[in-house]
Amino acid sequence: MRLTATNDFVIRFANVNGTGSSSANNLFAKSIFRMGIPVAPKNIFPSNIQGLQTWYDVRVSEKGYLGRRDGVDIMVSVNPQSMKEDVATVRPNGYFIYDNSRPLDKSLQREDIHYIGIPMIRLCQQNFESPRQQQLLKNVIYVGALATLLDMEIEVVKSLISEQFRKKEKLIPLNFKALELGVEYIKAHYEYPLGLQVKRRDKVPGHIMIDGNTACGLGAIYAGATVAAWYPITPSTSVVQAFEKYAQRLRTDPETGRRKYAVVQAEDELAAIGVVIGAMWNGARAFTATSGPGVSLMNEFIGLAYFAEIPVVLIDVQRGGPSTGMPTRTQQSDLLLAAYASHGDTKHPLLFPSTPKECFEMTADAFDLAERLQTPVLVMTDLDLGMNDHISPPFEWDEARQYDRGKVLGAEDLDRLQEWGRYLDIDGDGIPYRTLPGTHPTKGSYFTRGTSKDEFARYTENGDAYVRNMDRLLVKWGTAKEAVPAPEFFQQKNESRDGILFFGTSSYPAMEAMDDLRAAGHQLDAMRLKAFPFGKAVSDFIDTHDRIYVVEQNRDAQMRTLLINELDINPQKLVSVLAYDGFPITADRIRTHVLGEPSNRGN
Amino acid sequence: MTYLRPKFRHPESPKNNLGYTRQYYEGALSTLCAGCGHDSISGAIIQACFEIDLEPHRLAKLSGIGCSSKTPTYFLGNSHGFNSVHGRMPSVATGANLANRDLIYLGVSGDGDSASIGMGQFVHAIRRNLNIVYIVMNNGCYGLTKGQDSATADVGSVNKSGAANQFSTIDLVGLALELGATFVGRSFSGDKAQLVPMIKAAMAHRGFAFIDVLSPCVTFNNNPGSTKSYDYVRAHLEATAAVDYVPFKSEITASYPEGTGKTIRLHDDSEIRLRKLASGWDPTDRGLAFARLQESRSNNEILTGLIYLDPNRKDLHEMLDTVGQPLNTLTEQDLCPGQSALEAINAENR
Repeated sequence: MRLTATNDFVIRFANVNGTGSSSANNLFAKSIFRMGIPVAPKNIFPSNIQGLQTWYDVRVSEKGYLGRRDGVDIMVSVNPQSMKEDVATVRPNGYFIYDNSRPLDKSLQREDIHYIGIPMIRLCQQNFESPRQQQLLKNVIYVGALATLLDMEIEVVKSLISEQFRKKEKLIPLNFKALELGVEYIKAHYEYPLGLQVKRRDKVPGHIMIDGNTACGLGAIYAGATVAAWYPITPSTSVVQAFEKYAQRLRTDPETGRRKYAVVQAEDELAAIGVVIGAMWNGARAFTATSGPGVSLMNEFIGLAYFAEIPVVLIDVQRGGPSTGMPTRTQQSDLLLAAYASHGDTKHPLLFPSTPKECFEMTADAFDLAERLQTPVLVMTDLDLGMNDHISPPFEWDEARQYDRGKVLGAEDLDRLQEWGRYLDIDGDGIPYRTLPGTHPTKGSYFTRGTSKDEFARYTENGDAYVRNMDRLLVKWGTAKEAVPAPEFFQQKNESRDGILFFGTSSYPAMEAMDDLRAAGHQLDAMRLKAFPFGKAVSDFIDTHDRIYVVEQNRDAQMRTLLINELDINPQKLVSVLAYDGFPITADRIRTHVLGEPSNRGN
Repeated sequence: MTYLRPKFRHPESPKNNLGYTRQYYEGALSTLCAGCGHDSISGAIIQACFEIDLEPHRLAKLSGIGCSSKTPTYFLGNSHGFNSVHGRMPSVATGANLANRDLIYLGVSGDGDSASIGMGQFVHAIRRNLNIVYIVMNNGCYGLTKGQDSATADVGSVNKSGAANQFSTIDLVGLALELGATFVGRSFSGDKAQLVPMIKAAMAHRGFAFIDVLSPCVTFNNNPGSTKSYDYVRAHLEATAAVDYVPFKSEITASYPEGTGKTIRLHDDSEIRLRKLASGWDPTDRGLAFARLQESRSNNEILTGLIYLDPNRKDLHEMLDTVGQPLNTLTEQDLCPGQSALEAINAENR
């Protein structure tokens, strides 16, 4: 028996990190994308630069299921360190592709899978001179072999190689040669194609393939951020790097060569958010990107920004905690930390993107929201979304869009006003008017502080004034509920007594699980959360169902806690579906849980 | 604290070239202890701003937490102010400066704020040559929490409870010099004749202008045995030179005998003139500054005056090569690349 399927399988590459494998694996995934088929690559890597095992999963799904799926149909094993584990992971009747330059150990042989040996090292040694070339091109050999085995269009792979090495043209023939070696070896030694095949489709018209961190960086460019301050931390590092890359290209003054942006690599996360607060206070759009440990460090400053009412945009690319946790694994486990960051009574709007397009849009929206609400706004993405390439609808920008700079008074406004108080609520929405330093020679100056103050920004420890201020902040919180993006519904009107609720990177697996469940006779209404605090649409959905499955990737059901806490929901009604082993949640996990077959594993 | 402030001001109080009296540069009533050195420094800041004809809205004052960090409330009431979190004023000032390079930034900190909790931010702001006047009101103790030793307390200095400090002291002037601060001065809260022109010069300097001001804590560290008491500081002061600040527009009216004075031109063509220059002293020579500082320490002297100045080094904006226009004035037209650029980016990712 051999596995057979068209455009529906999972392939895993087992590599050693630092050997150039990820660009070859990406070449493979992107070739499939170029053939018009939905594809979801996921890089599973160690917290290490060179020498440890790393895996790269590619799920090919004509139906557009882009979540992770358990079970490997084809294993490409080029790492002796992990071979034993890799052999065991292959599904029965699946395929195990390996380097047979040396014979395979008997203990690695299974009766129920198919072995395809390719002498990758030997071919490299015979055909390429330098050891580095041999190491890098070995990866291209297996891409060539796969292309033949899966009946892929080899011209698509070649055109991607040509694009990739556009600036180093002399590497193109070498890569073509390696590709050809893989193709020819398969043709000479094996039956091809396999039962698993790739056939051109037109399922991703106009789509792009990009990682969420790049999308966030680009969103900050389009939103007009001029100051980025950060401290390197996996998995958020590439957010500011992307911002800087695009800023160099798009924000350099063509005449003077000078920059319309400033990037500060700060001494720590405390300084990073301090820079953001200072810049925002002074009227420039600024942001930082970090992960859970960084948000922990920023807590004191986040409270200052909340209380002093200074806009902040913070992108939290979540990873596995607590403490250093699993820095290279994904989770949605900073929700409570982010929602209530800092001491005293504080709470902050959160946005939950689930695709690169939403990373782009929500990062841009976060600036408008932060300035409108004069408060920190956190974009809650995660390692899976941030660091992996995802197919996504293309990015769009409305040329007519104006930045919402919020309630900022200019010199003319100050001249016109009889009275102005920095913390006076004139409009009833809890949002006061602010001024920027340098605006007016004699009007509008005030003192910003983290201590209690009255409506006119005067220091006071008067209890009544303190309560008035804290209560106004609650009015503002009410304004935030309807200012943040509304949830997405997957039905016109309720069709079931049971609902399912998910957000961020749980969305694709949840949508896949809903299809599976529907096929099994379980109809679920669904809501995808896009933001915190929860508006009326969220509470209505929960109120009109008997039971809600809450899907999230953490141990403590943090989103469920937020829902119970903020909406006074009977906890019995909210059933948790959790995954927290550091790997993205699967549809299978969600489906079995809803069907009442929970497992004890974290995923 | 000072309970009363006379409302009456002389109708013919002198006005500066903007038509403002000195009073216009004052702030709210100080709530610090009567006799606190910090209030004298606030007075010097007010005097300096009055004398240089500062438009108050062209300056932003920032501070951390502590007695010293409270002072921005007590001066320049017509300027925007920001009392941030403990030890983190340098980062907030960095962001503010990046947003608008055209304002003067005055950072006020204390020895706890800068030498302990905020040491990391202090040193990195210096490394970046942030364009700021950074004043540390240095009293060797934590006043607001009632007198604990700070990291600038000298070894052997006795605090109010009678205990002598055993831990090595952090000399912020030596540290700033080591880290490459481009303007390093030290003064004493009781010496306005020295402090006022030094603040004026610091404001004209482009880059990190650090002034360590010894400012005795009358309540918790003014006792016998303290090396930060009024008596001790007065008895051990040693000045490098008298500093005069001459703004760009001023006519040159005084001349100094050869060998006793030195003039240093700043980026805006204003000048710092040093009189009564100690023999062999040149504040633009970093090596000499180190040596002189070391020598004064050995002699138990408190070296004051302008200790080092490099008027030419690039500040943070110049290093980052930002445009001349303040970043906070750029609009959608300047900043948003638009749909066509986005389509090109989309195409690159297909």
